[in-house]
Order: sequence, then C-alpha cells, then structure tokens
Amino acid sequence: MIDILIIGAAGAGLSAALTAKEEGANVVVATKRLPTQSQTVMAQGGINAALGNIEEDSPALHIEDTLKASHSLGNKEMIRKLCEKAPQTIERLERYGVPFSRVDNASTPLSSIAQRKLGGASRKRACYAQDYTGLKILHTLYDRALAMDIDIRSELMLLDLISQDGKVSGALFWDIASADIVTIKAKSVILATGGFGAIYHGYTTNAYGSTGDGIASALRAGGVLRSMEFVQFHPTALKESHILISESARGEGGYLVDEDGNRFIDELAPRDEVARAIFNKIAEGKSVYLDIRHFGIKKIEHLMPQELHLCKIHAGIDPSKELIPISPTVHYTMGGIAVNEKFEIEGLKNCYAVGECSEAGVHGANRLGGNSLLEIVAFGEEAAKSALSNLKESNEIKNSSFVKKDDYLNLADGDIKDIYAIRKELGKMLFESAGIIRDEEGLKTALEKLEEFKGRFEKCSVAGLDTIYSESVTDYIEIKNSLYIAQILLKSAIARKESRGAHYRSDYPKSEEKAYTVTVSIKQGNLSIEMDKKEN
Amino acid sequence: MKITINRFNGTKTYKKEFHIDRVTTLLNALYHIKENIDPTLTFSSGCRSGVCGACAVMKNGKEVLACSTTVEDTDVIAPLRYHDIQKDLKVDKSRTKETLKRANAYLHTYKDEILTANDEKANERQSDCILCDSCYSACPVFAVNSDFLGPFSLSRAYRYAVDKREGDSMTLINAIQQNGVWDCTLCGECTAVCPQNIDPKSDILNLRSLSMQAGFSDPNMMSMNFGTSGFL
Ligand SMILES: Cc1cc2nc3c(=O)[nH]c(=O)nc-3n(C[C@H](O)[C@H](O)[C@H](O)COP(=O)(O)OP(=O)(O)OC[C@H]3O[C@@H](n4cnc5c(N)ncnc54)[C@H](O)[C@@H]3O)c2cc1C
Ligand code: SF4
Ligand code: SF4
Ligand code: FES
Repeated sequence: MIDILIIGAAGAGLSAALTAKEEGANVVVATKRLPTQSQTVMAQGGINAALGNIEEDSPALHIEDTLKASHSLGNKEMIRKLCEKAPQTIERLERYGVPFSRVDNASTPLSSIAQRKLGGASRKRACYAQDYTGLKILHTLYDRALAMDIDIRSELMLLDLISQDGKVSGALFWDIASADIVTIKAKSVILATGGFGAIYHGYTTNAYGSTGDGIASALRAGGVLRSMEFVQFHPTALKESHILISESARGEGGYLVDEDGNRFIDELAPRDEVARAIFNKIAEGKSVYLDIRHFGIKKIEHLMPQELHLCKIHAGIDPSKELIPISPTVHYTMGGIAVNEKFEIEGLKNCYAVGECSEAGVHGANRLGGNSLLEIVAFGEEAAKSALSNLKESNEIKNSSFVKKDDYLNLADGDIKDIYAIRKELGKMLFESAGIIRDEEGLKTALEKLEEFKGRFEKCSVAGLDTIYSESVTDYIEIKNSLYIAQILLKSAIARKESRGAHYRSDYPKSEEKAYTVTVSIKQGNLSIEMDKKEN
Repeated sequence: MKITINRFNGTKTYKKEFHIDRVTTLLNALYHIKENIDPTLTFSSGCRSGVCGACAVMKNGKEVLACSTTVEDTDVIAPLRYHDIQKDLKVDKSRTKETLKRANAYLHTYKDEILTANDEKANERQSDCILCDSCYSACPVFAVNSDFLGPFSLSRAYRYAVDKREGDSMTLINAIQQNGVWDCTLCGECTAVCPQNIDPKSDILNLRSLSMQAGFSDPNMMSMNFGTSGFL
C-alpha cells in the first residue's frame, strides 16, 4: 500500500515528496498537469531567509516583519518555525543545486547567495535567481525527484478525498487520459494543490489552474477552512493582461507615478497599502505607471530579463524607454485549509495540507513577498515529516461508496459553452465586489449573482464531448470548484465587519481591537461560518 | 482575420479554419475560439507568461510559445513534431520527460564550494529552461533515432556538469555518451527555436569537450579510424 499520497507537484508537493522519499516512504505524487507546469514556476522575486549576506539580519527580524504584516492574525509559533527554518531551507536548496544569483568574495557557500529587498521587509532578505526564482527552484526539485525515482503521476485531477467520519484514506481523480475516475488509496494524504486566485479570472497574475480544487475537496470531506476573505492584491501587474511585474522592480528602485509623473506612495510599503493607493488613483480616473527607465537597459537586462520580455509581448513597450502602465491585481490567497502545527487538517484524520492551499498561520491578513516560496519548501518538508509519523495507523475504509461519472459531470443533454462566459463574468464580479475595497452591499449583491451563475452552470453539460484528453472537462471541474470557493470567499468577507490587512471594508474602515479568525466548515450539510477570537 | 488549426480527434487529422478578431497573443486567440466558437478545441496552457512551457505549438512550421507570440492573418497552427498527439494541439510529453531521467541531469554529489557572480553565469542560461519541448520538436535527429537524449536534456546535463558544486561530473558525462552528445548533427535548429535563448548546440559541443577530457572519444570518428588504420 502507498504510504503517502501527495496531491500537487509544485514547490510544496515536491518538497514534501523528496523528504518522504529520502526517509524511505512509498510515495506517489498525483498532479493535474506536468510538475513544471505549476504556478510555482511563475515566482520571480525571491525566497526569504535571514542570511544577512548583504546587510545584517536575523531570524528575529524576519519574525518581526512577518508578524507585523499579518496584522495580529499570524500564529507566532508557526511564524517562528518558518523564519528559523529559513536558512536551513536555503541550504537544502543549495545542496540540490539551485542556481541562485551570487555575490563575490563570500566566506561560505551560503553567504555567496545574493539577496534583495522586497516590500514590507526591513532587510535585503530575499534570495533570488535573477527573476526566475520559482522556476529554478521548482525545476531543481523536479530534477531531484526524477533522480530519486519518485512516482509522479501527471494528468490526474483531484475530484475529492475519500473519507469516512473524517478519516481520509485516499482520493478520487479524474484521469484526463482515460476520461475515467480513478482511486488512489494511501495511509496518509498531503494536499499541496495551491491557491484559488484564478477564480478572479482575467484579473489575476495566477495560472489558469489555481482554482482551489484541493481547498474545495477538503471542505467537502469535512475539513475546516480559515481566513478565506484574505486575498492579496499585487500592486503592479500590466494593465490589460494582468501579467505580473515583480516587486523586485520597486525593490531595485523603480518608481510609481501617476499620469502627471508624480510619485504618490512609498514604493516599498506593504502590498496592501501600495495596492490601495494605486486603486484609489485609478478610481479617480487616473492612470498609474511603473517607471524603471532610470535603470537603463543594461541593468534591466541583467536583473529582470523576464520583465523586459513580458512588457514587450503583452504591452508592446520597452521599459527602458517608456512608462509601464499598471493595475493592481489578484496575486495570492492567504486563506485556505486550516491546519494545526503538525499540518494536519482540522476536522480530518490522516490528511495534511501545505503550501498556498493551506492556512498555516504564517501570513495572517497579508503575506510578505518571498515568504511563500519559503513556506512551500520549508513546510513541505515539515508536512512530510508529520505524515511519516502517521504510517502505522491502519485506516482501511471498507466499502467506500461507489462513485459514478455523473456525480461530477453533467451528462444530460446540453452543451458546455456557457461555462466560459460564467468563468469570465465570475472573475469580473469578484474583482469588483470582493476586490481591493469591499462593502456589505457589493458582497451581498455578488452572492445573489452567484446563485444565478450556479443556475446557469447546472445547465451546462459535457454530453456530446469526446471526454478523452478533453481540456473542456478539466475546465468544467475547475469552474465548478471556482463557484463553490467564490461563495465561501464572499460569505467570509461579509462576516469580517472590519478592515484588516488585505481585507478592506469601506463600510468598516477600522480594525477591531480584538483580532479574530473566520472559519468555514460544513455542519449538518450546511455551510457554517464562525468567528474565533484569537488568544495572542 | 483567419487562422487555420491542424486538428486531431483521436482517429483522424484535419484542418479547420477560424475567423476571429485581432487579439494580442496566439494563446488569447486559441482561448477566444474555445470560449466563443468551438469549446472542443484542445490545447495546453498554464502561466500565460512564458514560464510554464505548456503552450508550445507550431506556427507556420516553427515552434513558438502560444502565450508569447503574436498571431497574424493566414497563420497555420499545428501541434509539436515528434510527439504523440493526444488531441488537437495537446501532445504527450511523457516520453520527452523520460529523457531527463536517462540523461541523469541532476546534482549527483554536492561539494561545498563558494560560488561567485561569475560562477552564476556559467549555467544561468541553461537553467532558464522551461521544458517547453520546442527544441525536441525542432531536432531532426528524432526522425531517425527516437532514443536520442535530445537538446533540453543535454543542456540540463551540461548545467549540472559545469556546476562547481558537482562533485561527480563523471557519472553525468558517462550518461550522455549513448544516444547523447555524439548523435547530434550540430545543425543548430534547437538553438534557433528556444524561447529562452538557450543554446543547446553549444552546450552539446562543450559537453563533447568535457567528454574528451574525461577520456571518451567520438564513436563516429572511431569507426572511421578503424576503416583507415590498415593504410597507416
Ligand atoms: C506571478 C507570481 C509571482 C510570484 N512570486 C513570488 C515570489 O517572488 N516569492 C514568493 O515567495 N512567492 C511568489 N509567488 C507565490 C508563490 O509562487 C506561490 O504561492 C507558490 O508557488 C505556491 O506553491 P504551491 O506548491 O503551494 O502551489 P502551486 O505552485 O500553485 O502548485 C499547485 C500544484 O497542485 C496541482 N493541482 C492543483 N489542483 C489540482 C487538482 N485538482 N488535482 C491534482 N493536482 C492539482 C497543480 O498542478 C500544481 O502542481 C508568486 C506567485 C505568482 C502567481
Ligand atoms: S544541434 Fe543537435 S540537438 Fe540541436 S537540433 Fe540539431 S541535431 Fe538536434
Ligand atoms: S531548451 Fe529551450 S526550447 Fe528546449 S525545452 Fe528548454 S526552453 Fe524549451
Ligand atoms: S502558458 Fe505557460 S509558457 Fe505559455
């Protein structure tokens, strides 16, 4: 029998898989695309660790910065764990051969790694590999995973966890190649399926597949979700395409200017503040630009070759000569599957979550740039260690009920086209109502509209499609999950009647004195939204 | 504007024309068709920003990333070459990924080494690879030898071979002798199509030098030597 089934093969999934395999466990990794087609490859800016290579730094300062950004919603213990584990995590990556950018005249291997400053950080703390940090980390982990002969099964799309009374014993997948449902059973399951930013379709930097599939499945199986109202907006994406222009552009000294050429905000203030300042300008009908012309082409080519290329292809501009038109956009989802300090999902047994799909208490109301790559690699390892300690327990579930295709797909007469219109309208609606600035009325109207989308979705059918290798079927499942997650996001955002971090309510612009978290679970078949006061 | 897509429905290939309005990228054009005209059109994508390697296709006979290329009237779009087509533009990349394993492209034995900015340059380009398979599709060797390790795997082997942290480059060099560096014709097609400006051809040449330094020799030359040795 498989010891550990890991779902998702990006940074979090592969980090966990390597640890588990190194410890001799029988591991299977299932993922809906190829591992290198995961969102982690898109991370540009860097991965945080208080190495102090450029200026004096310490884990204590890293902890302080992270706690501050979390706006009292961070879990101190988890943040401490993360920040203290950071140097060791970079060392692990160094040993795997990640080709980090370097500085000269270092005295040890680790101190040769270049570091840059990202927003909200008090020090130059983000280790990077030009502006391909996520790409180079993930590909190196992948090479390592191939070397270790890890059983990676691609094009398997998670449908649901197999669980009984909260005991998880495996998962059901849509096999894209055979167009059938397959079951994988395991002693422990780790969800590493990423965030849900892509439900803001058309208004996000995220990859298409970040639709919160794993988060939805955890809730359906009886798990708890936490902080789903906290969505991070990145201040600088290209205006029309919402392609990211990395924070490193500002970290290196880029300016934000309005159409009159005036700077209007400290470029390195925390993301939520910068995003709101830009949003307010845009709401006034003004355009906002990123100005990196003063870097000169040489520096741009050296430090941000990827940005240069993206500006050319998606906006048709040369950033060494022209201003870059920008807009804030959905970038990261702080909320997700509630896990405890051992990464066990609250409400479930034998099941863990790690990476952006989880809410492990390290980001709270706002995530610091560079902390997410750190989280996925560092906690990937930790989650695997927890799962490894849960292999003895036998949890064979008898007669797991028989699942049919039409439990997941509408096979009745009809056609599928409307799902794409729904996806688009949903993205726009969420950006407008559950965006940078929210209010009760907008959120409630969105909930009503959502019911209409659901009604339309129910009429969509995959009948008449050849479902083998069909991308329409995977889109169908993703959009179904998107609608499900959207409801949770909206209800959580309504429940938080205050402003905190990335969640800004114009009808409640102040933070309440006592911090609390909003959790979501299913009780007697109904969504239950609860507020937990924090004891911090 | 009109674009033609070479499609495959599991049994037969056929051409299909679509009339669409002007859009920024080819990927946006494919999405426009899927969302508004024909939802069965099948293709792969992910990041839409040129880093996940999912969307490589042929445009007018040349490999491109759909998300990073423009689209013009009369363009003809087809799936990558030397890959099994699953449906329309979606191809099976499992076999190409197998070549990474055979090429042993990973850091074998870590050695403590203090790297410099110059060392970073040694394999910066090679590690920009997004595994889009464009070079594999462009490589003529696959027409005659489907076991060839191919350009991206060899570039990746080179990446680790020149990494100063690699304490066992010999194992790497060993793994790329068979169906590897000597099977390349040095035609440069891979280099010409790589969206990341990687130069597998040069990497292969460099790997040949490293192989010779390690005591290997060109098997093609050897057979020639056998043929002429009698005259000397
Ligand atoms: C443009 C961009 C730039 C960023 N830059 C930075 C940065 O500089 N620094 C930083 O720290 N963070 C950055 N981030 C955030 C960071 O990249 C992500 O939070 C992180 O990579 C998430 O990793 P993950 O392993 O949790 O999930 P992902 O990388 O999202 O991977 C999820 C995995 O799960 C699989 N999966 C999903 N659904 C299913 C399903 N139903 N069935 C099977 N498999 C499934 C996917 O295929 C994939 O393999 C950036 C994000 C973006 C979008
Ligand atoms: S140079 Fe070699 S690897 Fe590259 S395309 Fe030509 S034969 Fe193939
Ligand atoms: S070497 Fe270039 S063309 Fe080949 S897979 Fe890598 S990025 Fe694509
Ligand atoms: S969609 Fe990722 S490279 Fe084109």
